[in-house]
Amino acid sequence: MKNKPMRVLLAKTGLDSDGKEIRLVARGLRDECGMDVIFTGLYRSLDEIVDAALQENVDVVGLGVSNGHEMELFPRLRELLDARDAQDIILIGGGFIPKKHKTALKESGSVTEIFSPGSSVRTIAEVLRQIAASK
Amino acid sequence: MAELGKRAMEGDIRAASRLIRNMEDNLPGTEAEIKDIFPFTGKAHVIGITGSPGAGKSTLTDEMAAAYRKKDKTVGVMAVDPTSPFTGGALLGDRIRMQRHAEDTGVFVRSLATRGAMGGLSKAVGDGIHVLDAMGKDVIIVETVGVGQQEVEIINHAHTVLVVLVPGMGDEVQALKAGLMEIADIFVINKADRDGASKLYQETLNMLQMGKWDDGWIPPIVTVENVADPISFAQSVSDLTDKIDEHYQFLVKSNILAVRKHRKATAEINESLRATILEPILNELTANGELETMIQKIMKRELDPYSLAELVAKKYMAS
Repeated sequence: MKNKPMRVLLAKTGLDSDGKEIRLVARGLRDECGMDVIFTGLYRSLDEIVDAALQENVDVVGLGVSNGHEMELFPRLRELLDARDAQDIILIGGGFIPKKHKTALKESGSVTEIFSPGSSVRTIAEVLRQIAASK
Repeated sequence: MAELGKRAMEGDIRAASRLIRNMEDNLPGTEAEIKDIFPFTGKAHVIGITGSPGAGKSTLTDEMAAAYRKKDKTVGVMAVDPTSPFTGGALLGDRIRMQRHAEDTGVFVRSLATRGAMGGLSKAVGDGIHVLDAMGKDVIIVETVGVGQQEVEIINHAHTVLVVLVPGMGDEVQALKAGLMEIADIFVINKADRDGASKLYQETLNMLQMGKWDDGWIPPIVTVENVADPISFAQSVSDLTDKIDEHYQFLVKSNILAVRKHRKATAEINESLRATILEPILNELTANGELETMIQKIMKRELDPYSLAELVAKKYMAS
Protein backbone atom coordinates (compact mmCIF):
# COMPACT_ATOMS: atom_id res chain seq x y z
CA MET A 1 0.00 0.00 0.00
CA LYS A 2 1.42 3.33 -0.99
CA ASN A 3 1.51 6.09 1.57
CA LYS A 4 -1.03 8.78 1.03
CA PRO A 5 0.72 12.05 0.28
CA MET A 6 0.80 14.69 2.98
CA ARG A 7 -0.97 17.93 2.21
CA VAL A 8 0.88 21.05 3.19
CA LEU A 9 -0.20 24.68 3.02
CA LEU A 10 2.66 27.14 2.80
CA ALA A 11 1.80 30.71 3.60
CA LYS A 12 3.22 34.19 3.87
CA THR A 13 1.45 36.97 5.65
CA GLY A 14 1.58 40.72 5.85
CA LEU A 15 4.31 42.73 4.25
CA ASP A 16 7.08 40.20 4.39
CA SER A 17 9.91 39.15 2.11
CA ASP A 18 9.52 38.20 -1.53
CA GLY A 19 8.80 34.58 -0.79
CA LYS A 20 11.63 33.04 -2.80
CA GLU A 21 12.54 30.78 0.08
CA ILE A 22 9.05 29.47 0.62
CA ARG A 23 8.65 28.77 -3.10
CA LEU A 24 11.83 26.75 -2.95
CA VAL A 25 10.48 24.76 -0.01
CA ALA A 26 7.21 24.27 -1.89
CA ARG A 27 8.96 22.88 -4.94
CA GLY A 28 11.26 20.77 -2.84
CA LEU A 29 8.47 19.17 -0.84
CA ARG A 30 6.69 18.36 -4.05
CA ASP A 31 9.57 17.20 -6.21
CA GLU A 32 11.75 15.47 -3.67
CA CYS A 33 9.20 14.32 -1.16
CA GLY A 34 6.04 13.77 -3.21
CA MET A 35 3.80 15.94 -1.08
CA ASP A 36 0.82 18.00 -2.15
CA VAL A 37 1.76 21.58 -1.57
CA ILE A 38 -0.59 24.51 -1.70
CA PHE A 39 1.03 27.92 -1.72
CA THR A 40 -1.11 30.86 -0.71
CA GLY A 41 0.95 33.52 -2.38
CA LEU A 42 2.17 36.61 -0.56
CA TYR A 43 0.47 39.23 1.61
CA ARG A 44 -2.27 37.02 3.07
CA SER A 45 -4.13 37.76 6.23
CA LEU A 46 -4.12 35.12 8.96
CA ASP A 47 -7.86 34.61 8.45
CA GLU A 48 -7.29 33.91 4.78
CA ILE A 49 -4.63 31.38 5.70
CA VAL A 50 -6.93 29.62 8.16
CA ASP A 51 -9.74 29.47 5.60
CA ALA A 52 -7.41 28.04 2.98
CA ALA A 53 -6.11 25.46 5.45
CA LEU A 54 -9.64 24.30 6.28
CA GLN A 55 -10.93 24.24 2.72
CA GLU A 56 -7.89 22.39 1.49
CA ASN A 57 -7.85 19.87 4.33
CA VAL A 58 -4.14 20.09 4.95
CA ASP A 59 -2.14 18.22 7.58
CA VAL A 60 0.38 20.98 7.99
CA VAL A 61 0.44 24.76 7.75
CA GLY A 62 3.88 26.26 7.24
CA LEU A 63 4.17 29.98 7.84
CA GLY A 64 7.24 31.84 6.68
CA VAL A 65 8.10 34.83 8.85
CA SER A 66 11.04 37.10 8.22
CA ASN A 67 9.65 40.41 9.36
CA GLY A 68 10.25 40.08 13.07
CA HIS A 69 6.63 39.54 14.05
CA GLU A 70 6.95 35.86 14.89
CA MET A 71 6.00 36.33 18.53
CA GLU A 72 2.62 37.74 17.49
CA LEU A 73 1.91 35.83 14.29
CA PHE A 74 2.47 32.24 15.35
CA PRO A 75 0.41 32.33 18.57
CA ARG A 76 -2.38 34.20 16.76
CA LEU A 77 -2.45 31.73 13.88
CA ARG A 78 -2.51 28.81 16.31
CA GLU A 79 -5.38 30.48 18.16
CA LEU A 80 -7.36 31.04 14.98
CA LEU A 81 -6.85 27.44 13.90
CA ASP A 82 -7.89 26.13 17.31
CA ALA A 83 -10.93 28.38 17.32
CA ARG A 84 -12.08 26.62 14.17
CA ASP A 85 -11.57 23.18 15.72
CA ALA A 86 -8.40 22.57 13.76
CA GLN A 87 -6.25 21.51 16.68
CA ASP A 88 -5.07 18.59 14.58
CA ILE A 89 -3.43 20.78 11.96
CA ILE A 90 0.29 20.99 12.63
CA LEU A 91 1.78 24.46 12.55
CA ILE A 92 5.40 24.88 11.54
CA GLY A 93 7.43 27.96 10.87
CA GLY A 94 10.42 29.12 8.91
CA GLY A 95 12.46 32.20 8.39
CA PHE A 96 14.84 34.47 10.24
CA ILE A 97 13.79 33.84 13.80
CA PRO A 98 16.05 34.34 16.83
CA LYS A 99 16.87 31.28 18.87
CA LYS A 100 15.21 32.50 22.05
CA HIS A 101 11.98 33.27 20.19
CA LYS A 102 12.16 29.86 18.61
CA THR A 103 12.46 28.20 21.99
CA ALA A 104 9.70 30.30 23.49
CA LEU A 105 7.30 29.59 20.64
CA LYS A 106 7.97 25.87 20.73
CA GLU A 107 7.62 25.71 24.50
CA SER A 108 4.34 27.57 24.51
CA GLY A 109 3.04 25.10 21.96
CA SER A 110 2.32 27.74 19.33
CA VAL A 111 4.45 25.95 16.77
CA THR A 112 5.64 22.40 16.58
CA GLU A 113 8.87 23.16 14.75
CA ILE A 114 10.68 26.12 13.27
CA PHE A 115 13.17 25.76 10.46
CA SER A 116 16.00 28.16 9.86
CA PRO A 117 17.57 29.22 6.59
CA GLY A 118 19.81 26.41 5.44
CA SER A 119 17.53 23.55 6.49
CA SER A 120 17.33 21.04 3.69
CA VAL A 121 13.97 20.17 2.20
CA ARG A 122 14.56 16.52 3.00
CA THR A 123 15.08 17.39 6.65
CA ILE A 124 11.87 19.38 6.69
CA ALA A 125 9.96 16.52 5.08
CA GLU A 126 11.48 13.98 7.45
CA VAL A 127 10.53 16.06 10.51
CA LEU A 128 7.02 16.59 9.14
CA ARG A 129 6.51 12.88 8.69
CA GLN A 130 7.79 12.19 12.19
CA ILE A 131 5.50 14.78 13.74
CA ALA A 132 2.54 13.43 11.78
CA ALA A 133 3.33 9.86 12.76
CA SER A 134 3.65 10.72 16.43
CA LYS A 135 0.20 12.28 16.56
CA MET B 1 -20.08 6.18 8.81
CA ALA B 2 -21.79 8.70 6.62
CA GLU B 3 -20.93 11.22 9.27
CA LEU B 4 -18.78 13.36 6.99
CA GLY B 5 -21.37 13.58 4.25
CA LYS B 6 -24.03 14.71 6.69
CA ARG B 7 -21.78 17.33 8.21
CA ALA B 8 -20.71 18.57 4.78
CA MET B 9 -24.34 19.04 3.86
CA GLU B 10 -24.82 21.10 6.98
CA GLY B 11 -22.09 23.38 5.71
CA ASP B 12 -19.16 22.04 7.70
CA ILE B 13 -16.17 23.07 5.62
CA ARG B 14 -13.74 20.73 7.31
CA ALA B 15 -16.00 17.74 6.77
CA ALA B 16 -16.44 18.62 3.11
CA SER B 17 -12.75 19.05 2.46
CA ARG B 18 -11.95 15.88 4.40
CA LEU B 19 -14.46 13.99 2.30
CA ILE B 20 -12.93 15.26 -0.94
CA ARG B 21 -9.52 14.28 0.32
CA ASN B 22 -10.65 10.76 1.21
CA MET B 23 -11.93 10.42 -2.32
CA GLU B 24 -8.69 11.71 -3.72
CA ASP B 25 -6.75 9.21 -1.64
CA ASN B 26 -9.22 6.44 -2.47
CA LEU B 27 -9.83 5.66 1.17
CA PRO B 28 -12.06 2.64 1.81
CA GLY B 29 -15.54 3.56 2.94
CA THR B 30 -15.70 6.75 0.96
CA GLU B 31 -18.20 5.24 -1.45
CA ALA B 32 -20.66 4.90 1.40
CA GLU B 33 -20.49 8.63 1.95
CA ILE B 34 -21.14 9.32 -1.71
CA LYS B 35 -24.10 6.98 -1.64
CA ASP B 36 -25.57 9.00 1.20
CA ILE B 37 -25.14 12.44 -0.32
CA PHE B 38 -25.98 11.41 -3.87
CA PRO B 39 -29.77 11.88 -3.56
CA PHE B 40 -29.16 15.51 -2.62
CA THR B 41 -27.01 16.31 -5.65
CA GLY B 42 -27.77 17.30 -9.21
CA LYS B 43 -28.97 20.81 -8.50
CA ALA B 44 -25.88 22.88 -9.22
CA HIS B 45 -24.87 24.36 -12.54
CA VAL B 46 -21.47 22.87 -13.25
CA ILE B 47 -19.16 25.03 -15.36
CA GLY B 48 -15.95 23.60 -16.76
CA ILE B 49 -13.08 25.91 -17.64
CA THR B 50 -10.22 24.62 -19.69
CA GLY B 51 -7.35 26.08 -21.66
CA SER B 52 -3.59 25.92 -21.90
CA PRO B 53 -1.38 26.76 -18.92
CA GLY B 54 -1.01 30.48 -18.50
CA ALA B 55 -4.25 31.28 -20.28
CA GLY B 56 -5.49 33.04 -17.18
CA LYS B 57 -8.02 30.47 -16.04
CA SER B 58 -7.47 30.98 -12.32
CA THR B 59 -7.78 34.74 -12.53
CA LEU B 60 -10.90 34.33 -14.62
CA THR B 61 -12.36 31.78 -12.20
CA ASP B 62 -11.68 34.11 -9.31
CA GLU B 63 -13.49 36.97 -10.97
CA MET B 64 -16.34 34.70 -12.03
CA ALA B 65 -16.80 33.63 -8.44
CA ALA B 66 -17.03 37.31 -7.51
CA ALA B 67 -19.56 37.96 -10.28
CA TYR B 68 -21.74 35.06 -9.15
CA ARG B 69 -21.55 36.23 -5.56
CA LYS B 70 -22.91 39.56 -6.75
CA LYS B 71 -25.80 37.63 -8.26
CA ASP B 72 -26.36 36.13 -4.80
CA LYS B 73 -25.24 32.69 -5.81
CA THR B 74 -23.00 30.45 -3.76
CA VAL B 75 -19.95 29.14 -5.53
CA GLY B 76 -17.76 26.07 -5.30
CA VAL B 77 -14.47 25.97 -7.14
CA MET B 78 -12.38 22.92 -7.91
CA ALA B 79 -8.97 23.68 -9.31
CA VAL B 80 -7.38 20.63 -10.85
CA ASP B 81 -3.61 20.74 -11.07
CA PRO B 82 -1.29 18.20 -12.58
CA THR B 83 0.60 15.89 -10.26
CA SER B 84 4.26 15.37 -10.89
CA PRO B 85 4.62 12.03 -12.63
CA PHE B 86 7.98 11.55 -10.92
CA THR B 87 7.20 11.90 -7.26
CA GLY B 88 3.43 11.98 -7.17
CA GLY B 89 3.58 15.35 -5.49
CA ALA B 90 1.68 18.40 -6.63
CA LEU B 91 2.13 22.11 -6.38
CA LEU B 92 -1.34 23.53 -6.22
CA GLY B 93 -0.78 27.13 -7.03
CA ASP B 94 -4.18 28.24 -8.21
CA ARG B 95 -5.05 29.50 -4.79
CA ILE B 96 -2.54 32.29 -5.26
CA ARG B 97 -4.94 33.91 -7.65
CA MET B 98 -8.05 32.89 -5.80
CA GLN B 99 -7.76 34.25 -2.33
CA ARG B 100 -10.06 37.17 -2.44
CA HIS B 101 -12.99 35.09 -1.33
CA ALA B 102 -11.22 33.54 1.58
CA GLU B 103 -13.38 35.23 4.14
CA ASP B 104 -16.61 34.76 2.22
CA THR B 105 -18.41 31.60 3.35
CA GLY B 106 -20.30 31.58 0.06
CA VAL B 107 -17.20 30.53 -1.82
CA PHE B 108 -15.43 27.23 -1.31
CA VAL B 109 -12.18 26.72 -3.17
CA ARG B 110 -10.51 23.32 -3.31
CA SER B 111 -7.40 22.24 -5.19
CA LEU B 112 -7.29 18.72 -6.50
CA ALA B 113 -4.10 16.90 -7.42
CA THR B 114 -4.29 14.74 -10.50
CA ARG B 115 -3.00 11.49 -9.15
CA GLY B 116 -4.50 8.09 -9.60
CA ALA B 117 -4.39 6.05 -12.76
CA MET B 118 -7.21 5.02 -15.05
CA GLY B 119 -9.49 7.97 -15.11
CA GLY B 120 -9.22 8.17 -11.36
CA LEU B 121 -8.77 11.89 -11.78
CA SER B 122 -12.04 12.30 -13.51
CA LYS B 123 -13.70 10.21 -10.84
CA ALA B 124 -12.27 12.34 -8.06
CA VAL B 125 -13.56 15.42 -9.83
CA GLY B 126 -16.99 13.86 -10.29
CA ASP B 127 -17.11 12.92 -6.61
CA GLY B 128 -15.85 16.35 -5.59
CA ILE B 129 -18.65 17.93 -7.59
CA HIS B 130 -21.12 15.76 -5.68
CA VAL B 131 -19.77 17.06 -2.39
CA LEU B 132 -19.95 20.73 -3.44
CA ASP B 133 -23.36 20.09 -4.90
CA ALA B 134 -24.61 18.50 -1.69
CA MET B 135 -23.23 21.48 0.21
CA GLY B 136 -25.79 23.47 -1.74
CA LYS B 137 -23.48 25.46 -3.99
CA ASP B 138 -25.49 27.04 -6.82
CA VAL B 139 -22.58 27.21 -9.21
CA ILE B 140 -19.63 24.85 -9.35
CA ILE B 141 -16.61 25.87 -11.40
CA VAL B 142 -14.15 23.16 -12.36
CA GLU B 143 -10.90 24.54 -13.65
CA THR B 144 -8.49 22.27 -15.47
CA VAL B 145 -5.49 22.45 -17.73
CA GLY B 146 -6.80 21.34 -21.07
CA VAL B 147 -4.03 19.01 -22.02
CA GLY B 148 -4.36 15.30 -22.42
CA GLN B 149 -7.29 12.98 -22.48
CA GLN B 150 -7.76 12.93 -18.73
CA GLU B 151 -8.44 16.62 -18.63
CA VAL B 152 -10.82 16.44 -21.53
CA GLU B 153 -12.65 13.63 -19.74
CA ILE B 154 -13.22 15.86 -16.75
CA ILE B 155 -15.26 18.13 -18.90
CA ASN B 156 -17.87 15.41 -19.19
CA HIS B 157 -18.91 16.41 -15.71
CA ALA B 158 -19.76 19.97 -16.75
CA HIS B 159 -22.99 21.38 -18.14
CA THR B 160 -21.34 24.41 -19.69
CA VAL B 161 -17.80 24.29 -21.02
CA LEU B 162 -15.61 27.35 -21.42
CA VAL B 163 -12.48 27.10 -23.54
CA VAL B 164 -10.06 29.89 -22.75
CA LEU B 165 -7.74 31.03 -25.53
CA VAL B 166 -5.06 33.69 -25.43
CA PRO B 167 -3.41 35.54 -28.29
CA GLY B 168 0.09 34.71 -29.33
CA MET B 169 0.21 31.05 -28.44
CA GLY B 170 -0.80 29.54 -31.73
CA ASP B 171 -3.82 28.60 -29.78
CA GLU B 172 -6.48 28.05 -32.35
CA VAL B 173 -4.51 25.20 -33.91
CA GLN B 174 -3.33 23.93 -30.54
CA ALA B 175 -6.82 23.91 -29.11
CA LEU B 176 -8.05 22.10 -32.16
CA LYS B 177 -5.37 19.48 -31.72
CA ALA B 178 -6.20 19.03 -28.09
CA GLY B 179 -9.78 18.24 -29.01
CA LEU B 180 -11.02 21.27 -27.15
CA MET B 181 -12.93 22.85 -29.98
CA GLU B 182 -15.54 20.13 -30.05
CA ILE B 183 -16.37 20.48 -26.41
CA ALA B 184 -16.62 24.25 -26.12
CA ASP B 185 -19.94 25.92 -25.38
CA ILE B 186 -18.36 29.33 -25.03
CA PHE B 187 -14.99 30.54 -26.25
CA VAL B 188 -13.24 33.09 -24.11
CA ILE B 189 -10.49 35.13 -25.68
CA ASN B 190 -8.61 36.20 -22.61
CA LYS B 191 -6.03 38.96 -22.43
CA ALA B 192 -7.72 40.39 -25.48
CA ASP B 193 -5.84 43.66 -25.18
CA ARG B 194 -2.73 41.85 -26.33
CA ASP B 195 -1.32 41.76 -29.83
CA GLY B 196 -2.90 39.18 -32.03
CA ALA B 197 -6.26 39.15 -30.30
CA SER B 198 -8.25 40.21 -33.33
CA LYS B 199 -6.45 37.63 -35.44
CA LEU B 200 -7.29 34.95 -32.89
CA TYR B 201 -10.89 36.14 -32.84
CA GLN B 202 -11.07 35.91 -36.62
CA GLU B 203 -9.50 32.46 -36.68
CA THR B 204 -11.85 31.17 -34.02
CA LEU B 205 -14.79 32.64 -35.88
CA ASN B 206 -13.69 30.99 -39.14
CA MET B 207 -13.34 27.71 -37.43
CA LEU B 208 -16.77 28.03 -35.86
CA GLN B 209 -18.28 28.64 -39.25
CA MET B 210 -16.83 25.40 -40.50
CA GLY B 211 -18.30 23.46 -37.63
CA LYS B 212 -21.65 21.77 -37.37
CA TRP B 213 -23.95 22.98 -34.64
CA ASP B 214 -26.92 20.68 -34.77
CA ASP B 215 -28.33 21.45 -31.39
CA GLY B 216 -28.96 25.10 -32.18
CA TRP B 217 -26.31 26.64 -29.97
CA ILE B 218 -23.43 28.29 -31.79
CA PRO B 219 -20.65 28.87 -29.29
CA PRO B 220 -20.23 32.60 -28.79
CA ILE B 221 -16.80 34.17 -28.53
CA VAL B 222 -16.45 36.41 -25.50
CA THR B 223 -13.44 38.68 -25.14
CA VAL B 224 -12.04 39.55 -21.75
CA GLU B 225 -9.42 42.23 -21.32
CA ASN B 226 -7.99 44.83 -19.01
CA VAL B 227 -7.07 42.62 -16.13
CA ALA B 228 -5.17 45.60 -14.75
CA ASP B 229 -8.32 47.72 -14.53
CA PRO B 230 -10.52 46.10 -11.91
CA ILE B 231 -13.75 47.82 -12.92
CA SER B 232 -13.64 47.07 -16.61
CA PHE B 233 -12.30 43.56 -15.95
CA ALA B 234 -15.15 42.87 -13.54
CA GLN B 235 -17.59 44.17 -16.14
CA SER B 236 -16.34 41.92 -18.92
CA VAL B 237 -16.37 38.90 -16.63
CA SER B 238 -19.85 39.81 -15.47
CA ASP B 239 -20.87 39.84 -19.16
CA LEU B 240 -19.27 36.44 -19.48
CA THR B 241 -21.35 35.04 -16.63
CA ASP B 242 -24.44 36.46 -18.35
CA LYS B 243 -23.48 34.43 -21.42
CA ILE B 244 -22.99 31.38 -19.24
CA ASP B 245 -26.42 31.85 -17.71
CA GLU B 246 -27.84 32.30 -21.19
CA HIS B 247 -26.29 28.97 -22.17
CA TYR B 248 -27.84 27.32 -19.13
CA GLN B 249 -31.24 28.76 -20.03
CA PHE B 250 -30.77 27.40 -23.53
CA LEU B 251 -29.89 23.98 -22.14
CA VAL B 252 -33.04 23.96 -20.05
CA LYS B 253 -35.36 25.23 -22.77
CA SER B 254 -34.06 23.04 -25.58
CA ASN B 255 -33.90 20.06 -23.24
CA ILE B 256 -30.25 19.62 -24.11
CA LEU B 257 -29.65 19.74 -20.39
CA ALA B 258 -30.93 16.19 -20.38
CA VAL B 259 -28.28 15.29 -22.96
CA ARG B 260 -25.60 16.87 -20.80
CA LYS B 261 -26.89 15.07 -17.74
CA HIS B 262 -26.81 11.86 -19.75
CA ARG B 263 -23.19 12.57 -20.65
CA LYS B 264 -22.40 13.23 -17.00
CA ALA B 265 -24.17 10.08 -15.82
CA THR B 266 -22.36 8.04 -18.49
CA ALA B 267 -19.03 9.30 -17.22
CA GLU B 268 -20.03 8.53 -13.67
CA ILE B 269 -21.08 4.95 -14.31
CA ASN B 270 -17.99 4.32 -16.44
CA GLU B 271 -15.79 5.58 -13.67
CA SER B 272 -17.48 3.69 -10.90
CA LEU B 273 -17.43 0.48 -12.93
CA ARG B 274 -13.73 0.89 -13.46
CA ALA B 275 -13.17 1.68 -9.80
CA THR B 276 -15.30 -1.20 -8.57
CA ILE B 277 -14.37 -3.90 -11.04
CA LEU B 278 -11.05 -3.20 -12.69
CA GLU B 279 -9.19 -1.47 -9.93
CA PRO B 280 -9.44 -4.22 -7.28
CA ILE B 281 -8.28 -6.77 -9.84
CA LEU B 282 -5.34 -4.63 -10.86
CA ASN B 283 -4.44 -4.02 -7.24
CA GLU B 284 -4.46 -7.74 -6.53
CA LEU B 285 -2.43 -8.55 -9.63
CA THR B 286 0.08 -5.90 -8.67
CA ALA B 287 0.30 -7.09 -5.08
CA ASN B 288 0.79 -10.77 -5.90
CA GLY B 289 3.26 -10.06 -8.66
CA GLU B 290 1.16 -11.55 -11.44
CA LEU B 291 1.03 -8.25 -13.25
CA GLU B 292 4.80 -8.17 -13.46
CA THR B 293 4.85 -11.80 -14.63
CA MET B 294 2.44 -10.87 -17.40
CA ILE B 295 4.53 -7.86 -18.36
CA GLN B 296 7.57 -10.14 -18.60
CA LYS B 297 5.65 -12.58 -20.78
CA ILE B 298 4.70 -9.81 -23.17
CA MET B 299 8.25 -8.54 -23.29
CA LYS B 300 9.60 -12.02 -24.08
CA ARG B 301 6.86 -12.45 -26.66
CA GLU B 302 5.61 -15.55 -24.86
CA LEU B 303 2.04 -14.33 -24.84
CA ASP B 304 0.16 -11.38 -26.23
CA PRO B 305 -1.69 -8.85 -24.06
CA TYR B 306 -5.09 -9.98 -25.31
CA SER B 307 -4.63 -13.62 -24.37
CA LEU B 308 -3.39 -12.54 -20.97
CA ALA B 309 -6.39 -10.29 -20.50
CA GLU B 310 -8.67 -13.19 -21.42
CA LEU B 311 -6.97 -15.37 -18.82
CA VAL B 312 -7.53 -12.71 -16.18
CA ALA B 313 -11.13 -12.29 -17.26
CA LYS B 314 -11.75 -16.03 -17.00
CA LYS B 315 -10.31 -16.09 -13.52
CA TYR B 316 -12.26 -13.17 -12.13
CA MET B 317 -15.52 -13.08 -13.99
CA ALA B 318 -18.28 -15.42 -12.97
CA SER B 319 -19.66 -16.23 -16.39
